Amino acid sequence: MAIDLSQWTCPLPLRDYPSVVLGHGGGGKLSAELIEHLFLPAFRNDALANLADGAVVTLPGSSTRLALTTDSFVVRPLFFPGSSIGDLAINGTVNDLAMCGAHPLCLTAGFIIEEGLPMATLAQVVARMAEAAARVGVPVVTGDTKVVEKGHGDGLFINTTGLGLVPPAVEVNPSRARPGDVVLVSGTVGDHGIAVLSVREGLTFETTIESDCAPLHELTAALFAVRPDGVHVLRDPTRGGLAGALNEIAARAEVGIVLDERTVPVRQEVQAACELLGLDPLYIANEGKLIAIVAREDAEAMLEALRAHPLGAQAAIIGEVTDQHAGMVIGRTAIGATRVIPAPIGEQLPRIC
Amino acid sequence: MKYLAAFRNGELAQRLAEEIRRMVTRPWVIMEVCGGQTHAIIRNGIDQMLPAEVELVHGPGCPVCVTPLETIDRALAIAALPRVICCSFGDMLRVPGSQKDLLRARSEGCDVRVVYSPLDAVQIARDNPNREVVFFGIGFETTAPANAMAVHLARRLGLRNFSMLISHVLVPPAIEAILQSPSNRVQAFLAAGHVCSVMGYWQYPPLAERYGVPIVITGFEPLDLLDGIRRAVRLLEAGTPHVENAYARAVSFEGNVAAQQMLAEVFEPCDRAWRGLGVIPNSGWRLRPAYRDFDAEYRFDIGHIATQEPAVCRSGEVLQGKIKPNQCPAFGTLCTPRTPLGATMVSSEGACAAYYNFGRFASTSAPAQPARTCNHGN
Repeated sequence: MAIDLSQWTCPLPLRDYPSVVLGHGGGGKLSAELIEHLFLPAFRNDALANLADGAVVTLPGSSTRLALTTDSFVVRPLFFPGSSIGDLAINGTVNDLAMCGAHPLCLTAGFIIEEGLPMATLAQVVARMAEAAARVGVPVVTGDTKVVEKGHGDGLFINTTGLGLVPPAVEVNPSRARPGDVVLVSGTVGDHGIAVLSVREGLTFETTIESDCAPLHELTAALFAVRPDGVHVLRDPTRGGLAGALNEIAARAEVGIVLDERTVPVRQEVQAACELLGLDPLYIANEGKLIAIVAREDAEAMLEALRAHPLGAQAAIIGEVTDQHAGMVIGRTAIGATRVIPAPIGEQLPRIC
Repeated sequence: MKYLAAFRNGELAQRLAEEIRRMVTRPWVIMEVCGGQTHAIIRNGIDQMLPAEVELVHGPGCPVCVTPLETIDRALAIAALPRVICCSFGDMLRVPGSQKDLLRARSEGCDVRVVYSPLDAVQIARDNPNREVVFFGIGFETTAPANAMAVHLARRLGLRNFSMLISHVLVPPAIEAILQSPSNRVQAFLAAGHVCSVMGYWQYPPLAERYGVPIVITGFEPLDLLDGIRRAVRLLEAGTPHVENAYARAVSFEGNVAAQQMLAEVFEPCDRAWRGLGVIPNSGWRLRPAYRDFDAEYRFDIGHIATQEPAVCRSGEVLQGKIKPNQCPAFGTLCTPRTPLGATMVSSEGACAAYYNFGRFASTSAPAQPARTCNHGN
């Protein structure tokens, strides 16, 4: 079937790019445009239109709500400090379910393997996946294997799909952010991106920066235990980092977000690496952190609930939602001035000066 | 990091800003020369702490912004040659050439790699003896020593598959070109601290004297910048066009003599075209004839490259502080950070990109918030 460009909502941004560039997968504006102008019009339906980390569907003739999500993992190298593609494949999908407010039930796993991948490497990755799944207590119930010719893949790609159950009274949705809400983060930001970057680019620091890859379903459960309806938005700030996630929420909910940069937890080593490379930790990927936008009256109790869990020990209140500057994230900087924190566009590139 | 935190103290920053507010009696236009300073100013919101009288103009010290279209097209042409690995600093990848940028070239199959140092590119050349490794060597006096070192090392190692596409530019000739322009508005300069840490600041007193402008050697942390601005305002108010060093912890009058010797061995001065400014005499460095084997321009016969800047883009005037970004007809419509026409819209430190973000903030802020979101003369 010929593609009818006129059917796209606004194909103009895509015409700027006659071919796909890496930035289209970077989680920033280019990714958003690809989804909005190509995928959404083609697959249009209510569940998809929500553009959350996963879809929540109600079973016909019942009030049971299921969450469904899928994610593909293409990280290079396959093993990096603190984690691996196997851990990511399990935790990433568990986290997407958790960000829908769901309790994870089961997973699927698809492997696209490049011819020539050492069997021992594959076995190691699968062992890490099995460990991670056992830790979460979620079985991998079905899967698929494909092998592509040498040169037609980069070692190993993994896709996982997750199914979860959304408890009654839980209603998390990016559009529920409302003025007065409080923004929480569950811990230090930027660890994962810098850990991967440091091995990929052969950068060595005095201490090893480890990925924060971890399952977040226990943290979300802790938030819901305070008051299910008090949790308005959940997000795991992966690609595009904290800045990307907050900009998406601000745009979806048509609210402004004020971020107090002084309160955002950043490990000293990560901050130092960012200073050296000219990167901004607010834009660096995380794999074991969540952002929660919660009702103001529940904020302190939820902060305590996060801190009571080992994965949330460094949780902090980092900002609030406002009816000013709708769609934008404004930062209060280290010296107490303000700046715009724009949405990332494509990949974050190290600066020359 | 503790050392850095000390130069980001919010209380001291407010005190410096207060001192500037107290001493200023009339409007002044101050140019911060370096893109790194612009970045820090935007990143920390320093421009918003200043009184309305102090207008900061973002200068031409962003190497990405001033690299001419012709050089980018040349890099793209070389990157497209068989067997070539093109290495570059990261932020060059999104700067548009005539048809595309290096990111697009990469998506089309060119081997384009981000490196953090030219020495990494030398290593890539050693690891890939059957490939031609070309480093896109741009930048000011700050990046030049490492580039000189890379060429020096490549020659010592006898590497025959390493070369550099050099487009080095120099700060003092650019300052002088701006001062000689009949429509110049800049009354004082914050000189780029990192450039001076290499070159010293012996070149500046004659400039300050000849053109009657104060020049303050300034660092990059919030307190450094506020101190630099404070000193510049004080010199302007007193009518004393002196040179002051506000970055003494990194900069000496002579600079890094060993680095300067290495630079003199590898590079020689040449006329250089600046994107948006045109050709400035003796404003660049090229490889000396003794190092010609490592000069990508000689090694790869790309031929003549004809380029034409988008007619509507007025980034050159923005770089000279002659117009505000939002006075350009393409600003915010044809030209946005996602679809940049000029390099000043590309990186967050580019004047146009900075203006784009703050302009959006200003237009959506409720009138009840009196805070000026931009003091670039709006």
